[in-house]
Amino acid sequence: MTPLEQSGTATAVETSRLEKLERIWRDPSGFWGWFTHVNHRSIGKRYMVTAFAFFLAGGVLAALMRIQLARPENHFLSPDLYNQIFTVHGSTMMFLFAVPMMFEALAVYLVPLMVGNRNICFPRLNAYSYYVYLVGGLLLYSGLFTNTGPDVGWFAYVPLSGPDFTPGKRADIWAQMITFTELSALAVAVEVVITAFKMRAPGMSLNRIPIFVWGMVIVAFMVIFAMPAVMLSSTMLLMDRTVNTHFFNQAEGGDPILYQHLFWFFGHPEVYIIFIPGTAIVSTIISTFSRRRIFGYTAILLAMVATAFVGFGLWVHHMFATGLPQMGQSFFTAASLMVVIATGTQVFCWLVTLWTGKVILKPPMLFALAFFFVFIMGGLTGVLMASVPVDLQIHDTFFIVAHFHYVLIGGAVFPLFGALYYWMPKITGRLLNEAAGKWHFWLFFIGFNMTFFPMHILGLRGMPRRVYTYPTSMPWGNLNFLATLGVVLMTAAVLIFIANFFWHLKRGEIAGNNPWGASTLEWATTSPPPVYNFAELPTVNGRDALWDALPNQPIVEGLEEDCRQVLMTKVMDADPDCRHEFPGPSPVPILAAIATSIFFISTIFTAKLFFPTIILVGITLLIWYWPKRQPSLRRKEREIWEQ
Amino acid sequence: MRRHGPFLTMALYLGLLLLAGCHGNQAALNSKGIQAARIERLWWLMFSIILGVYVIVLAWAGTAVFRARTHRSENEIPPQVDPIADQRMTRVVGVAIGATVVLIFVMLTSSVVTGHAIANLASKNPVTIDVIGHQWWWEVHYEATQADQTVITANEIHIPVGQPVVIKTASQDVIHSFWAPNLHGKRDLIPGYQNALWIEADEEGTFRGQCAEFCGHQHAHMGFFVVAESPEKFQAWLAHQVSTPPPPSDPIAKHGEEVFLSHPCVMCHTIRGSGAGAKLGPDLTHIASRMTIAAATLPNTRGNLAGWILDSQSIKPGNKMPPNPLKSDDLNALLTYLETLQ
Repeated sequence: MTPLEQSGTATAVETSRLEKLERIWRDPSGFWGWFTHVNHRSIGKRYMVTAFAFFLAGGVLAALMRIQLARPENHFLSPDLYNQIFTVHGSTMMFLFAVPMMFEALAVYLVPLMVGNRNICFPRLNAYSYYVYLVGGLLLYSGLFTNTGPDVGWFAYVPLSGPDFTPGKRADIWAQMITFTELSALAVAVEVVITAFKMRAPGMSLNRIPIFVWGMVIVAFMVIFAMPAVMLSSTMLLMDRTVNTHFFNQAEGGDPILYQHLFWFFGHPEVYIIFIPGTAIVSTIISTFSRRRIFGYTAILLAMVATAFVGFGLWVHHMFATGLPQMGQSFFTAASLMVVIATGTQVFCWLVTLWTGKVILKPPMLFALAFFFVFIMGGLTGVLMASVPVDLQIHDTFFIVAHFHYVLIGGAVFPLFGALYYWMPKITGRLLNEAAGKWHFWLFFIGFNMTFFPMHILGLRGMPRRVYTYPTSMPWGNLNFLATLGVVLMTAAVLIFIANFFWHLKRGEIAGNNPWGASTLEWATTSPPPVYNFAELPTVNGRDALWDALPNQPIVEGLEEDCRQVLMTKVMDADPDCRHEFPGPSPVPILAAIATSIFFISTIFTAKLFFPTIILVGITLLIWYWPKRQPSLRRKEREIWEQ
Repeated sequence: MRRHGPFLTMALYLGLLLLAGCHGNQAALNSKGIQAARIERLWWLMFSIILGVYVIVLAWAGTAVFRARTHRSENEIPPQVDPIADQRMTRVVGVAIGATVVLIFVMLTSSVVTGHAIANLASKNPVTIDVIGHQWWWEVHYEATQADQTVITANEIHIPVGQPVVIKTASQDVIHSFWAPNLHGKRDLIPGYQNALWIEADEEGTFRGQCAEFCGHQHAHMGFFVVAESPEKFQAWLAHQVSTPPPPSDPIAKHGEEVFLSHPCVMCHTIRGSGAGAKLGPDLTHIASRMTIAAATLPNTRGNLAGWILDSQSIKPGNKMPPNPLKSDDLNALLTYLETLQ
């Protein structure tokens, strides 16, 4: 063990110092205390649990759909209910599971640990973002349970979602759910960017930031550029519906295609927002379990940046069938194909890492390797979509359903399970059971392929998406039945995972600081880390912080320890810049979140409440920003006074 | 099993995929028209490229894992660093990326060329058909120079084999998508936009199509048929569709016409020659000549028609046709009348 790794172990001399740190950084316990937490790991865990709960809910909805489609002309679900279910399934998986889990939960929990600091920046904003997200999710499900679940698809194309064709509140609930979740994603994006750029351990210059953190920073930038587009389009939709604007009403000079452009300008980057964290996880796991530093750090990094850039230039491949001009479409074909170069580069780098390393097949690695099998197939079928003529045939068929489940489950869910097996020690201090992990893996892998592979063929045989049933005369029954059977295996796999989780809380093997011999900073502290993350803030001597650490790697000293003080460093080379004091536990975030929720939800029903509720939000923000003297200043003044 | 499992499954899958999709009258890889055939050729080109890439990458990954696998635990193995091997590998990665770029150019070029070829068919005098999407059925107009020669039908499109046909699409309500995969790819029907799609059938046959853009409740039951027939048969069909059916002669059918005109039917449907001229629902002037009812949902039989008239909501919940609780002799007369509308 390097001294860095030992730094997590308290010596007798330090005990009182650590107790002091603990007292300063601990968030209050108890029921009311729960609502004042600002610790990034506390909020990160809430994100994880909530997003996983939504994953299960979305999975139940998916199972219901598969039962309905198991045989032709089935009457298990009515078309009305089916349409609500597929809409809520898609919206849940995209907005309430994938982005909050892959980006918000993992970034909030891991980024501060990986850059070696004590909390995420803007901790109260972080807490606020969680409550806003939670209310958005509950809003969608309260709609579904009261038979006002949105039924216009997760994309809610106008005019179908407009006032003429979807009366009632169904589409409004969908539109406001978007506003909630995107607001929370934007808040976390800002936190992640600043945390990664201003709060890194000294020595962690830009070219030494772990790939995982880079991935999160890139995703954060994508969120900042993509989410406003969908917030705009959903707000315009809401205004068309509640205050009779005509943004998308073609009869009054509006344009339904405008909605599609705005939606997909967000919608395509959204996919990359979901799978870039997946690739970052895969890079991390492959490096650790191949026992070597990642091959082609710079290439992988540039590939991720390129993917993010190009991701904003190919939204039109979702709209080839609308009949846009041909020249323009060719541009988007080229752009869509360019992504292959970037993704290919990453894949080749991983292959070389495996080839030249020593591979250990633990559950995290199995999930990372499944990524090759599943995600690459999804990526390659995606190449077919880039081609306008081929896309005209497979667009909006089950082929697409197969494709994007290969991309999203392959690119996000498989890496996510890998990440949970990998990082669980840093959350609970114990290892998940390995044998159960392998069962989980194989059942999920086989079930997944059984469910989604046949859908490629269904699509080629002409089965369109989003149909609640299909005629007996079409040759689709057997493959649909097979697809439904796969769900049984996937359900079993997820149940094994949940059982494994509860089992490991009590009986899992105690992990120790660094069970995998990994190289990034989060493994330098105890498992789980103390509330202040690191007893001594670490410094970094190379790209792989723990592997490159000197025998006497220095630590950071000189932070005030009677307030929540953190070290800020400079953007380029992470030289120490200043000391900054973070706010402590506070009920303000939840008050602001409640006010924001009242504001958003009231606009679903009436425009009259717009000003009163926005004033309410303003009041909570005033309380939030009311100038306070920092405790350290108060203390200094007291000391001077006493002298 | 653990090591070979994925590869066996993969081989099985790919075998299945090669065999699949190649049959059916609503299948993209069973082309019966020049446009669909061009797309199919492009599909097979791109499919073989991606299949090759997939096999190579998986074989590479499989071999890498196989040869580098170790059973020792993590902390026993110090991090591996071999700068010389890494340098050699940089070249391998460079070559792999180069090959990717070349393949991408092949696919880009072929796709743009095909895209150009399918955009339209050179023809001075194509058959022009307007297809208008409704929730949840297809209105079909055959344009003619004289207004009274225009044919209006629904959910069934007849086209002559070997002649270019231009389909002009529009929508009356929400966005739909016209898709008959044996003939061509999709084209969205967007309110306020007019789009055109060229098709040409190579051989006679009946091809099914279906709405491919989610359009609400009954998106699943919005099918149609394209009947490709010889030009002579097509002209005969067209001439017959132009004609106004003779007024019913036998008393039961005559009573049926009265039922039609005195019940809500007349509020939505047109039957030329009867006085019913509403345009909300499908034109029923030649209803008996069609193969199916309710947008390719049911075969056009007397029993199905009766069920549809009495309670269409139980067959296609949410559709715009109200239930019509008719007395049994009224219903019989109505059915007899509708059957005369050949």
